[in-house]
Amino acid sequence: MSRILSTGGAINEAIAIAMRTDPTVILMGEDVAGGGDRSKDGTEEMGGVLGTTRGLVGEFGMNRVRDTPIAEMGLIGTAVGAAATGLRPIAELMFMDFLGTSLDPLLNQASKLRYMFGGKVKVPLTVRTVSGAGMQAAAQHSQSLYWITTGIPGLKTIIPSNPVDAKGLLLAAIRDDDPVIFCEPKGILNQSTEVPEGDYEIPLGKANIVREGSDVSLVAFGATVRIAMKAAKALEGAGTSAEVVDLRSLSPLDEEAILTSLEKTGRMVIIDESTPRCSIARDIAAVCVDKGFDFLQAPVKCVTAPHTPVPFSEVLEQAFLPSAQDVLDSVGQMG
Amino acid sequence: MGFTGPELAEIYRRMRTIRSFEEKLHELVSAGKIGGFMHLYAGQEAIAVGVCAQLTGADIVGSTHRGHGHCIAKGVDVKAMMAELFGRSTGTNRGKGGSMHIADIEKGMLGANGIVGGGIPLVTGAALTAQVLGRENVAVSFFGDGATNQGQFHESLTMAANWELPVVYVCENNGFGEFTPTDFVVPVKDIADRASSYGMRAVIADGMDFFDVYEKAGEAIELARKGEGPTLLECKTYRFYGHYVGDQTPYRNKEEAEDWIQNRDPLDIFETKASEAGVVEPDEFRRIDGEVAALLNEAVEEAEEAPLPSVAEVLTDVYVRYEG
Repeated sequence: MSRILSTGGAINEAIAIAMRTDPTVILMGEDVAGGGDRSKDGTEEMGGVLGTTRGLVGEFGMNRVRDTPIAEMGLIGTAVGAAATGLRPIAELMFMDFLGTSLDPLLNQASKLRYMFGGKVKVPLTVRTVSGAGMQAAAQHSQSLYWITTGIPGLKTIIPSNPVDAKGLLLAAIRDDDPVIFCEPKGILNQSTEVPEGDYEIPLGKANIVREGSDVSLVAFGATVRIAMKAAKALEGAGTSAEVVDLRSLSPLDEEAILTSLEKTGRMVIIDESTPRCSIARDIAAVCVDKGFDFLQAPVKCVTAPHTPVPFSEVLEQAFLPSAQDVLDSVGQMG
Repeated sequence: MGFTGPELAEIYRRMRTIRSFEEKLHELVSAGKIGGFMHLYAGQEAIAVGVCAQLTGADIVGSTHRGHGHCIAKGVDVKAMMAELFGRSTGTNRGKGGSMHIADIEKGMLGANGIVGGGIPLVTGAALTAQVLGRENVAVSFFGDGATNQGQFHESLTMAANWELPVVYVCENNGFGEFTPTDFVVPVKDIADRASSYGMRAVIADGMDFFDVYEKAGEAIELARKGEGPTLLECKTYRFYGHYVGDQTPYRNKEEAEDWIQNRDPLDIFETKASEAGVVEPDEFRRIDGEVAALLNEAVEEAEEAPLPSVAEVLTDVYVRYEG
């Protein structure tokens, strides 16, 4: 059975399933309950700033669904400590931009404990965080900072492109014994589709071929998968067969899927919503050159945002974001 | 009271401008004419206006995501602010910042801020500049109750107290951090209690009463200016709208909200007290209301007609340009 759910709804369902099946799973973050009937005066909870976690405090209670202060360093650090000592916390970092106020527990603690302690401790932590631009939320609420977490050994970084994947990947992330950063791109949060009921996991570290093709590979993830699909349809009309690879996971990276696709098509475009320097796009380009040089029939192309902060004005924000036209232009330059 | 009629009228005009600006934005955002996240200051006007009335043009303030009131109180041009919110090239930030980043350094406005607590160390740094260069100015940091749980608050106040910086920390305690009641996440009765751990002076003001804020802010600012170090000033207040436009406040007790909004409106309190002083003509307040309404209508019309930024603006104001 399946029914129509938004990405937010699918995430809510995954959390509920994980909490029902494992009493050590807790949810903590700023306003994850969000007010509600604490003083029995008839008030209702908000369930997160975007309403993603609404209803969970009602089912699981305030012991397992915890509103924290607006104190990201303490919130994430506490979740790391809880994860190392017997809980399986889901910590919500409201926007990925708040990595700035929460980084040390991820950079110097969660990612390193297992290694530093000689493999004698696990950190089964999931950090859910809303990433990306497209809501005119401006420079401090719109960044795609997965390149930072991907660059830290010991952290896994996951980014779904649709509601079905969001549910299965989140369940796998929560049950994974390593710390996982789970990005929820703004560009897909309101996207709705049929989502299977029940408990299913999608393995971390495996890419998904969402469209088969033979002339060019479009590697995308999160909100850029939709851009890749749109470009692929336009290319089809022009007689070019594009394959679309949805990475799903940035770390671990499914290099095999990328190189297999490159071997098939000989041409590679990577579409990344973040800024270009030290990006996932250029990291994958390096993999293609390093390990797939003999497959290449044209230079690898990266379609990214420019190396700037995210602007507020809608006209500037739209120009900042990668588009299907940018992908078509890149393919056109390959000859 | 110590104010002349024209001074009281000017103070009222500032408070009314903030209120009407926010009411206008509520309409515009609800109608889909403006995008982005919008946090309104209505209800807290007495604090921004009461504190800024004690400042000079050279003094510096730093603000929060709920920053429109501080901008207006510090003298930022209302029309340029409106144009910014419409994402126009004539905006305070040329359309690149939006509501959470309005700034006007020439007016001593170091910016709204999208990061809770993020403005506190910046303002502390502005006070450091004044101290090192031997300038006369002070710096004032506005922030909410929620920000006092942030590490940046504790780290900044520790340094400011150590160095006796010319800074005043103004906490606007409006009872909610986003949707969560303050008493659920702040383990002390008053935010002012926190100052004792830095050996810092603390004062509590009625944030709905301009005169109380003005007096207590004045004392703190004078001490800072004389080199006697920082003060934490807690102003008790209430947010008349939700956390952002669109928040229907289901988490808020309706009777309590109604009591604050109906009985403790800072504009009503000001008008009553100012009228009792007998130096303002009774119809002066309504005349100002009309002038402010006209100004805001003009601001919206001009913003709607103003040009959008050119797409090339995406790449300006970064230290170096990279081609993606």
